[in-house]
Amino acid sequence: MTVTDLVPYDDALAAYDPVMGLEVHVELGTKTKMFCGCSTELGADANSQTCPTCLGLPGSLPVVNAVGVESAVKIGLALHCEIAEWCRFARKNYFYPDMPKNFQTSQYDEPIAFDGYLDVQLEDGEVFRVEIERAHMEEDTGKSTHVGGATGRIHGASHSLLDYNRAGIPLIEIVTKPIEGAGERAPEVAKAYVAELRELIKALGVSEARMEMGQMRCDVNLSLRPKGRQEFGTRSETKNVNSLRSVERAARFEIQRHAAVLSSGGTIVQETRHFHEEDGSTTAGRIKDNAEDYRYFPEPDLVPVAPPREWVEELRSTLPELPRVRRNRLREEWGVSEHDMQSILNAGAIGPIVATIEAGADAAAARKWWMGELARNANETGRPLEGLPITPAQVARVAELVKGGDLNDKLARQVIEGVLAGEGDPDTVVEKRGLKVVSDEGALTTAVEEAIAGNPAIADKIRGGKVAAAGALVGAVMKATRGQADAARVKELILAQLGVEG
Amino acid sequence: MSDSIIKLTAAETAAKIASGELTAVEVTEAHLARIEAVDEKVHAFLHVDREGALAQARAVDAKRAAGEKLGPLAGVPLALKDIFTTEGIPTTVGSKILEGWIPPYDATVTKRLKDADVVILGKTNMDEFAMGSSTENSAYGPTGNPWDLTRIPGGSGGGSSAALAAFEAPLAIGTDTGGSIRQPAAVTGTVGVKPTYGGVSRYGMVAFSSSLDQGGPCARTVLDAALLHEAIAGHDPLDSTSIDAPVPPVVEAARNGSVAGMRVGVVKQFRGEGYQAGVVQRFDESVELLRKLGATVVELDCPSFDLALSAYYLIAPSECSSNLARFDAMRYGLRVGDDGTRSAEEVTAITREEGFGDEVKRRVILGTYALSSGYYDAYYGSAQKVRTLITRDFERAFEEVDVIVSPTTPTTAFPIGERADDPMAMYLADLCTIPTNLAGNAAMSLPCGLAPEDGLPVGLQIIAPAMKDDRLYKVGAAVEAAFVEQWGHPLLEEAPSL
Repeated sequence: MTVTDLVPYDDALAAYDPVMGLEVHVELGTKTKMFCGCSTELGADANSQTCPTCLGLPGSLPVVNAVGVESAVKIGLALHCEIAEWCRFARKNYFYPDMPKNFQTSQYDEPIAFDGYLDVQLEDGEVFRVEIERAHMEEDTGKSTHVGGATGRIHGASHSLLDYNRAGIPLIEIVTKPIEGAGERAPEVAKAYVAELRELIKALGVSEARMEMGQMRCDVNLSLRPKGRQEFGTRSETKNVNSLRSVERAARFEIQRHAAVLSSGGTIVQETRHFHEEDGSTTAGRIKDNAEDYRYFPEPDLVPVAPPREWVEELRSTLPELPRVRRNRLREEWGVSEHDMQSILNAGAIGPIVATIEAGADAAAARKWWMGELARNANETGRPLEGLPITPAQVARVAELVKGGDLNDKLARQVIEGVLAGEGDPDTVVEKRGLKVVSDEGALTTAVEEAIAGNPAIADKIRGGKVAAAGALVGAVMKATRGQADAARVKELILAQLGVEG
Repeated sequence: MSDSIIKLTAAETAAKIASGELTAVEVTEAHLARIEAVDEKVHAFLHVDREGALAQARAVDAKRAAGEKLGPLAGVPLALKDIFTTEGIPTTVGSKILEGWIPPYDATVTKRLKDADVVILGKTNMDEFAMGSSTENSAYGPTGNPWDLTRIPGGSGGGSSAALAAFEAPLAIGTDTGGSIRQPAAVTGTVGVKPTYGGVSRYGMVAFSSSLDQGGPCARTVLDAALLHEAIAGHDPLDSTSIDAPVPPVVEAARNGSVAGMRVGVVKQFRGEGYQAGVVQRFDESVELLRKLGATVVELDCPSFDLALSAYYLIAPSECSSNLARFDAMRYGLRVGDDGTRSAEEVTAITREEGFGDEVKRRVILGTYALSSGYYDAYYGSAQKVRTLITRDFERAFEEVDVIVSPTTPTTAFPIGERADDPMAMYLADLCTIPTNLAGNAAMSLPCGLAPEDGLPVGLQIIAPAMKDDRLYKVGAAVEAAFVEQWGHPLLEEAPSL
């Protein structure tokens, strides 16, 4: 990998002002493709979900997916956009083997939604408004797999395999206006914008927006201008930046790289850049000298899309609460800090916690389990929280058992472990594993007496006033009862036996 | 016997099959024998599906034997332009680039023909990708005009019109982007109709220029054309541009031909330099006939029609440059130069170089240029404005008249090779037909006699407003009946025997 000259971040920001443009592609979760009836289900055998239309066979014609249009309008409305009264699809002409017709059916100068904004909240609670230029509908391309090369890129490959299952899957491309004034927080704004957009898309129910699955893909366009200058510098376009962290890193890297080039008297080449997950760097892709000519023209095989105003208003009235508004409401209800709420959001725990509270748990307990034991498990097993084999209702039941004194935290963790291991619901696990808090005072008293007798030196220390030493005896009792005793009660009994005030 | 079968109209044939006087198999065999006998000379067909046709015919006979009700065209043979996909049967669009391609699906028109029990004899020759007015641009060799085999049968649908005129089929399907149904009909003395744009589904019809292409019926009589029109027309959910409205009552109109009390327009722009004297003479006589039959003739001025040809030769190539991009050697059809060392881009380039003919390349290059950034507004954009003006000229005209008439094409069939190297001369063949494609309304060509100087057929074009296709048949049937009465027989009787 080539070494790129970078300027320290703070130095770059001292001299230059970054301007960003973010282009996000979202694969809609429609059952069928944008222009034909083929399934959009992921994971099918290559080329098994194709038909004459999405293969671009001679004579085939497209028909617009109405759910795709509805999803686009919903996204537009949630982004506070104007919704076009009349708009057309356009053909974007260029040759590439994974594009069956050698043109992409997209929208050009008549997007379905335009002129909106999205308010995003940064980690410290500051709200930054990102202006939206447009959101338009288009179709995805097929997927090329280059075989035989070292890097998986086409360079050096002996041949390529084409899978057209993805060809024609509906995409919404959301383009921001130039984001100015973010200064040193530009990378953070970029990340927060993509995160907020993802939450919004999920809340609308139009896509799962899973970046790791390619359902949401981001291009980061960035340029620098000397501080105080009005006109924009030359931009680079970093393509396919596919995680929130990468969006932030890509923006940061490009700021440092541009600053290095500019401060040494060089000029930025308008080009696409590849982002590298391993080290957060970018490398040069195609030169974009504006010579690229897609020869757009209105798609003659489709009729214009003219969403009736009443329908648009009907959709507007059914929009869910915006994620940021909802988060702030929940944060207040749960009584947590901005920072904690951010962690909850990052962990993908908002949904599970809300569901657990709805299932009867109190907010603190729901949060504790999802952000503690369960988050740890999800991390270790590389699954999203919502993909764990435990339901919010089951988590609520565990919380209920703890609250009622039937379980202590240690036992509760074992119950959760049992549920995750597929041993059944919490009550079954409690039953099978025999995980009940020992509340039989007689049995406890015996265990306490045995612990004192077995550790005379410690007992003496306690008698001598070192109450803290009681912990060791509590541990012994807990061990003897296999953790099934209530530790607080054990401590009381020990102190009472030794005649010490707690 | 078989000679009498092939001379029957589609309506007569269907009636004889329904009554049991003829079987569908007899009818099909008679036509297959005729193809066998004359098509080597005519070359109307690119592919004859003998087995498929006979299987369809047997199914019709079985239906009748089982007492099932037969449709109005059941058992009638048809020649299908090789631009419609046919599952399991080659579809070349007259191009080398699709040589050997077997489509996995039927076009909607193909499907409707099969559903109507129309027997598909095979696929007919055409100018490559429907680009041309003579069928000389076919990659598989030209088709001869049955009136004079050294002359062109029109184009792009020359195979379909020649098949009708040579009595190889009583019905055929064509497509009309700038006149490809009507001009071949005119020069072969047959009937051809370009329905209203959106009237017949384009699904499975290989695209040349999407906003202009329209499939339609070809036949030897106005009634046969109407029966076929009804069989293939109507809304198709697979074609977004297909019109979701009832099919105009074309058969009823064809059975009740009349022009009494109708206002017929004659457009000033459809005459002048370049029109053959005999064509003008027969056209003027047709106008006289219309007057005699009770129509009022109105002179019309449609100034933007003079711009139609220019606009057409920007719009059609622009759309075709994009429509034909898919022929890249990757998924189907011809692949040249894939020797294991060349890149995909190189193989695509070599294949397109070898697979497309000159006229196709000319239009792809023209269209690519017209859509380029910096030229789009001046070319494609201006052409679309002209298109709007032409549509307005028609709208204004149809406030004054019910139909417009004109010569279908300025000359009779020209000799094969005469205009092959002169694209402009070739383009002029569509002077009178193109405005209708640009505006999207309906038009018909039917025979109005032979030009005195060369004894070749002349076509009369009738133009109706969008979705008033029935008017074409009402007027066409009246004119046809009057001419046949005047001539004493259908015009094709005068064609030399092959």
